[in-house]
Amino acid sequence: MPAKPIVEARGIHKHFGALHVLKGVDLLLAERELVFVIGPSGSGKSTLLRCLNRLEEPSSGSVVVDGVDMLDPRTDINHARQRIGMVFQSFNLYPHMTALGNVTLALRKVAGKPRGEAEALGHAALARVGLADRAGHTPGQLSGGQQQRVAIARAIALEPRVMLFDEPTSSLDPELVGSVLGVMRDLRESGMAMIVVSHEMGFARNAADRVVFMDEGAIVEEGTPAEIFETPVQDRTRGFIGQIQRH
Amino acid sequence: MTSWERFLDAFFNAKVMAKYLPDIAHGMLVTVELAALVIVAGLVTGLALALVRSLGLRPVNLLIVFIVDLFRALPPLVIIVFIYFGLPAVGIAPSGFVSTWLSLTLVLMAFSEEIYWAGITSIAKGQWEAARSTGLTFIQTLMNVVLPQALRLTIPPLTNRTIAITKGTALGTVVAVNEILGMASSAVSNSYNPSPLTLGALAYLILFFPMVVFGRWLETRMAWKR
Ligand SMILES: Nc1ncnc2c1ncn2[C@@H]1O[C@H](COP(=O)(O)OP(=O)(O)O)[C@@H](O)[C@H]1O
Ligand SMILES: [Mg+2]
Repeated sequence: MPAKPIVEARGIHKHFGALHVLKGVDLLLAERELVFVIGPSGSGKSTLLRCLNRLEEPSSGSVVVDGVDMLDPRTDINHARQRIGMVFQSFNLYPHMTALGNVTLALRKVAGKPRGEAEALGHAALARVGLADRAGHTPGQLSGGQQQRVAIARAIALEPRVMLFDEPTSSLDPELVGSVLGVMRDLRESGMAMIVVSHEMGFARNAADRVVFMDEGAIVEEGTPAEIFETPVQDRTRGFIGQIQRH
Repeated sequence: MTSWERFLDAFFNAKVMAKYLPDIAHGMLVTVELAALVIVAGLVTGLALALVRSLGLRPVNLLIVFIVDLFRALPPLVIIVFIYFGLPAVGIAPSGFVSTWLSLTLVLMAFSEEIYWAGITSIAKGQWEAARSTGLTFIQTLMNVVLPQALRLTIPPLTNRTIAITKGTALGTVVAVNEILGMASSAVSNSYNPSPLTLGALAYLILFFPMVVFGRWLETRMAWKR
């Protein structure tokens, strides 16, 4: 791995009351790297991603993204978050705005772009996800796959240094998954650093540099896709891989 | 006189109606003025309270909830009488108009705050998270993402509540406000004929029926489009 990671999370613990959800997780992501995170439901994958942009406050540990200490109280968190794109399982588009409105809101309010420039950047971002002709549509007029691509455009329009994907295709009909994975593959080829939580093993085999298996709030095993999928060392990893491959 | 004629004479006496029409028209003006001031002040202060409440400052929120519950529990007439007959004891003597306006404003503020608040809290957590993840501040997210969606949800209950409370302007008659009912009642005692009440009822219909229709229209217009 190259010397300077873009994401450097160390010793992350997270408690929800008595529940110990993350138990000392270390995660490093290099520039241009794609790390794929798998693990059973409830193992803490979403919480880990959310600790990276501080949607969730880690109980302890350190998170440095693009050289910025995310947990330092002096850090302008809203400024830092522009650099960390996030895509959610449920899209979370703003239903009262058009696709273009969704993409330009943060460009105008956070990046401070004037409307004209924000709209030009917004159109460009929509074009990158193949939705140039849907700028004026509201989320309700778009398919799930299109909505998720607008959500990706909303994030990449801010020119993030890293993208976090939390099960981006899990709530899509099977025939719409491909279009979203296609956009993610393009993004990966453009050199974007990405952390992807997903069950799409085919995508992981083709696109991931590294696969991380999490269970019960800790990283159990990590390696290349071939290592984790074909020759896992840990019993728990083997059990999980076997389970999802039977499906 | 047959009983039908007696009925017509009591409620639809043309001569009496013509005589008191100007009074009722004046009452309508007062009612419109009072209602408009109640609606603006009540809906704005209610929204302000809901926005402050969303900041999540515990002692402030306890106070807001207490005030809101207080004015939702008290009958509006009790508040009017309290202000009009009670406040002079401490050297403040608001007019009947001001007493009625203030009372109904406080009641509408309380009820609308609850409606706004329910709207704000009903917006999915994912909306907040998506907006915050792009770097929007709490306030920016509230104003640009959450509130526009919440307001749309609140329009039907807010319209109903506003109409119900605004009709309470008739209570002003108790503290000598010259609104529709006040004018109609004094016309009845002067003419010994209840026909002015018919006029009064008509005046209320003319005022509030369009409000009901307007509420419906807003409801459909606010559907996501743009
Ligand atoms: N806000 C929260 N409050 C309490 N418990 C939570 C919260 N968020 C997640 N959890 C719990 O933390 C654990 C890990 O959740 P999550 O990170 O969503 O797992 P995964 O994404 O791997 O399915 C689960 O047991 C979940 O119930
Ligand atoms: Mg999850």
